[in-house]
Amino acid sequence: MSNIPTDLKYTKSHEWVRDNADGTVTVGITDHAQEALGDIVFVEAPESGREVDADEATAVVESVKAASDIYSPLAGEVVDSNELLTDTPDVINTSPYDEGWIFRLAPSDMAALDGLLDAAAYEKVVEDDA
Amino acid sequence: MGLRTPLFSEHERLGARIVPFGGWDMPLHYGSQIEEHHAVRRDAGMFDVSHMRPVDIEGPGALPFLRFLLANDVARLQFPGKALYSCMLNEQGGVVDDLIVYARGPDRYRLVVNAGTANKDLAWMNARSIGFEAAIRPRVELAMIAVQGPEARARAEPLLPAAIRANAMQLPSFFAAEGDGWFVGRTGYTGEDGFEIMLPGEQAAGLWLALLAAGVRPCGLGARDTLRLEAGMNLYGQDMDDTVGPLESGLGWTVAWEPAERDFIGRAALTALRDAPARRQFVGLLLTGPGIIRNHLKVLSNGVEMGEIASGGFSPTLERSIAFARVAPGLGETCEVEIRGKAVSARVVKPPFVRHGKILVDRLT
Repeated sequence: MSNIPTDLKYTKSHEWVRDNADGTVTVGITDHAQEALGDIVFVEAPESGREVDADEATAVVESVKAASDIYSPLAGEVVDSNELLTDTPDVINTSPYDEGWIFRLAPSDMAALDGLLDAAAYEKVVEDDA
Repeated sequence: MGLRTPLFSEHERLGARIVPFGGWDMPLHYGSQIEEHHAVRRDAGMFDVSHMRPVDIEGPGALPFLRFLLANDVARLQFPGKALYSCMLNEQGGVVDDLIVYARGPDRYRLVVNAGTANKDLAWMNARSIGFEAAIRPRVELAMIAVQGPEARARAEPLLPAAIRANAMQLPSFFAAEGDGWFVGRTGYTGEDGFEIMLPGEQAAGLWLALLAAGVRPCGLGARDTLRLEAGMNLYGQDMDDTVGPLESGLGWTVAWEPAERDFIGRAALTALRDAPARRQFVGLLLTGPGIIRNHLKVLSNGVEMGEIASGGFSPTLERSIAFARVAPGLGETCEVEIRGKAVSARVVKPPFVRHGKILVDRLT
């Protein structure tokens, strides 16, 4: 059973979103996603300053198996990306919700966060996936 | 649901991620593909390869049949137990399958063919065997476990039947011993020492569990693929297929041109291609820029398309991406691979990348 923290928001495409309460959110991929991908060996993170739309392919996570696009859950500006992933991309496998975060975003409309899935709704997505 | 090997429930019990492969449900990994890969390079790992199909060819016409059927020359197998790697070609010089053939005794041979092509191969062999006094017998009742790594043979030794243990431990590379219904070859698909053990299906779980207890790590198809890629070994369907032959997939060394009078299927087509100026080269690539090379990506030289990736992926030993590429003649020492629209630098190298735990290519960028 994969770990789905209740304090985060989620997408159907298996990203998680944390509200940093400072006008930014942090985005990563879920425990379920990292497990499905297998050992992660490369991450292409977005440049700071890049403007992205909701559901735009914003980062790429490559596992031993395949490359997967990571979609921005919200529209906004990328303000930071996780430098730890350059040399140790496998922290996404070991710590998907903490050390393995992928990028930070300043959403253009913070209220859009409410439109994302909560933990219970995401759990249903994972169950349907199985 | 696909076909299941006699070890399927053992894979489930070990928590394997099961994927379809060549019509079979097989383990991709048991948690971490990379750790499985390292276990084989540094210690010992085991693979359920029971989906591969042993096929026995026997009879007074077995040798002439195999000399006609295969591009390598089975007459080179002068001793019982000796093994040979070969392509089985079609008339156009494409590869029907690649296989290992073992000599077992006068008029007796055993082939091991790929899982996904086994039925095609048998139909092909049967159709071509007309006029030869040779019986073709698929051995579906046999399971196969590959035990690979520097410690593999030592771990397997006490678990082999007493009747063949001493013989098995004295085997030179690419030889096999048999007895008590077991067939043990000092062969593999990883670039490490080890055995491939064929045995009756009902005994497979016993050996698997004993190897597990001896500290041999279960490894899935994922690690099998990265190990063989590092070892410079081809994968049928990616590196060669019915339309791409041995001379354009790095397997020219497996074609026995001599004796010139031996007629084998595909010989005329290969002869025509042999000196063709446009014949594509099969090269190794080491990615020096960021990213992972995947199958079918374009290979460029100064922006000009030269060919494409046959097999690409991440090398756990080199900790960067490596690949085999099929390219037009004239590629220099460096090139680029087009990854998501960007030309990423790569160096052209000669496989294998890794053998017996050692890196064989220069990692300098």
